[in-house]
Amino acid sequence: MNAHQQPTGSAYFLDTSKKTVETHTLAVVADNEPGVLARIIGLFAGRGYNIDSLTVSETIHDKHVSRFTIVTTGTPSVLTQIRHQLERMVPVHSVADLTVQGNSIARELAMVKVAGGGEKRMEALRLADAFRARVIDASTESFIFEITGKPDKVDQFISLMVPIGLVEVSRTGVAGISRGPEGMKV
Amino acid sequence: MVTGELMSGAEIVLKALADHGVEHVFGYPGGAVLPIYDEIFQQDKVKHVLVRHEQGATHAAEGYARSTGKCGVVLVTSGPGATNAVTGLTDALLDSIPMVCLTGQVPTHLIGNDAFQECDTVGITRPCTKHNWLVKDVNDLARILHEAFYVATHGRPGPVVVDIPKDVQFAKGRYVGPKNIEHKTYRPQVKPNQDAIRAAVELIAKAKRPLLYTGGGVINSGVIASKLLREFVKMTNIPITSTLMGLGAYPASGKNWMGMLGMHGTYEANMAMHDCDVMINVGARFDDRITGRLDAFSPGSKKIHIDIDPSSINKTVQVDIPVVGDVAHALEDMIRVWKAKSHELEKKAMQAWWKEIDGWRAKDCLKYKANKDVIMPQYAIQRLYELSRDREVYITTEVGQHQMWAAQFFKFEDPHHWMTSGGLGTMGYGLPAAVGVQMAHPKALVVDIAGDASVQMTMQEMSTAVQYRLPIKIFILNNQYMGMVRQWQQLLHGNRLSESYSESLPDFVKLAEAFGCVGLRAEKPAELDDKIREMIKTPHPVLFDCRVASLANCFPMIPSGKAHNEMLLGEDVSDAEVGSAIDAKGKELV
Repeated sequence: MNAHQQPTGSAYFLDTSKKTVETHTLAVVADNEPGVLARIIGLFAGRGYNIDSLTVSETIHDKHVSRFTIVTTGTPSVLTQIRHQLERMVPVHSVADLTVQGNSIARELAMVKVAGGGEKRMEALRLADAFRARVIDASTESFIFEITGKPDKVDQFISLMVPIGLVEVSRTGVAGISRGPEGMKV
Repeated sequence: MVTGELMSGAEIVLKALADHGVEHVFGYPGGAVLPIYDEIFQQDKVKHVLVRHEQGATHAAEGYARSTGKCGVVLVTSGPGATNAVTGLTDALLDSIPMVCLTGQVPTHLIGNDAFQECDTVGITRPCTKHNWLVKDVNDLARILHEAFYVATHGRPGPVVVDIPKDVQFAKGRYVGPKNIEHKTYRPQVKPNQDAIRAAVELIAKAKRPLLYTGGGVINSGVIASKLLREFVKMTNIPITSTLMGLGAYPASGKNWMGMLGMHGTYEANMAMHDCDVMINVGARFDDRITGRLDAFSPGSKKIHIDIDPSSINKTVQVDIPVVGDVAHALEDMIRVWKAKSHELEKKAMQAWWKEIDGWRAKDCLKYKANKDVIMPQYAIQRLYELSRDREVYITTEVGQHQMWAAQFFKFEDPHHWMTSGGLGTMGYGLPAAVGVQMAHPKALVVDIAGDASVQMTMQEMSTAVQYRLPIKIFILNNQYMGMVRQWQQLLHGNRLSESYSESLPDFVKLAEAFGCVGLRAEKPAELDDKIREMIKTPHPVLFDCRVASLANCFPMIPSGKAHNEMLLGEDVSDAEVGSAIDAKGKELV
């Protein structure tokens, strides 16, 4: 792909592909003002960064403060640059790289709709039990399961549901938080 | 609960501008800002300057801001008014120029309805401003305006947009003054970390081949930063070079001055960048026009980087000692620590370093072949400089060869006297910028060094200059080419000059007369001095058509994809070398 774009040593062709690409989870605390989501997404799109997952919700209602969890991939220098670019945005209060801090927790919620009858229904329930997924809706031909956990656990559950009769999935994306008594600067 | 005087949104705008000490607003009226224009009519604290195109308003505000250090203010209407301002906003963002742009918007209940002259102004300007706001409640207006001035002028300066719907301009609300107003969370770091300062000073003290590489951050940090920079240079005797944006921070007549660096920088500056052992970057950002080939950029040096914006650090070039903070604060601290430790650079090493630099200087890299029959563009700028030296002179430029020649041949002694579009490279910047500069400095000599192609992009602002009796001088180096485009076509594209020749140029002298200003023309070197003198003493706006050698090119030049020590010098470039200077990889670069 793009074989003609050989690295030349120019800033235009900083060759990041040869360096190790890492996946990091960033937590961003920002004012919940109109356009703040567009601003953050626009930064990633405009500067060519990746977004693997993004979740956002207002977390302190009376102060109108929102918290984003962004999962992104890049070389270490690109990841540092992403953090600095986020930090200099006017409505952003603070940014934490949860992966660099280590010892953080990431969870995701998914709703998984599975259809089928007979033995497949029983198999779906057995697997759901093993994964601690709850049935939140049922009809004679279908279930909807709610599963919470690390993204790879959710992935695994979904892949097991495929042969049973997976219809559709709705996932929230990853929410992250650091362990211990310390909190992020608000 | 907002307390304060009850007034209309439009009144609040004018009150806020007056409270922020705004004397001049550059703008253009239209349906969605008429209530504000009605208030402008009924007061005399804020003077409005009517431009001829909204892009002109933004560049005029930039010129005003750069030449004064104050915040430029723009007022335009919704829709096309806002979209026309986008080029100037982007220009101000890339060059870190403080600017507050007020845009009218259709009434709140029509937003999203595809109303007449509606556009998503905050959406369109989000990536080209430092921050922007849509004001939906008149009671938020005063606070947002104060925040807008705070954000535009604090930290790394930049443009902001405040989009004000027409019904908010009419609605009555409470005005609160700007006292103690800051943004609720935005707090850029101004004071540098003292450990970093000490580490930087220790590194410099041990250097054998140190070099200062300064940029627009020194200018933005205020006149005090330039004073401290001069003190630091005097104290340490370190050679100094600067980016395009930083010219004037250190005087061109100073003995440590090496000229501008980068793609069209001097031989000595680029060679010193390549060979130094400690590089001190003060308020510059390792732009691609500066670094050339990155993996061969100053390979043997330890690097110190002073920048107010942490995202500038390690963006393209990895540095050893980052110093986040305002340039003036950092220099003040460095000078204090240097003195306290009674540091001195090793004499022998510095003598050897200066000897090497003098050897590079002896190359006389800016020399060009003089001509008796044709005006050389470099000569025209040299004469302009010599004949205007005794005055306070402000120079603006457009973008292209003339801009690089101006940077090479005009000698700047002080900050805030050089206004040029560096980051975005906006052709058409210089003429409206000159309008803004002259507005701020009515008695000074303001010259836009222009090219025949660039100047036509914002030519209509001559009319503004005439209306406000602004005696700006537009000094056009007319070679009938988009010279820089042509130079690149010669270097990269086998001399196939695709669309870079300007057919049907206007007669600039007659055009000047049509605008009601003065037209002058010089065609021979012998008449140049008299014509320049005539231009300088004319108390009206002047369009000066300086016919220069049509095929002159701008050297030295670091071809794309090459290193600092692979410069092309004017004297030794044959046509064949020009044709093969850039390899296949370099051709893809801009």
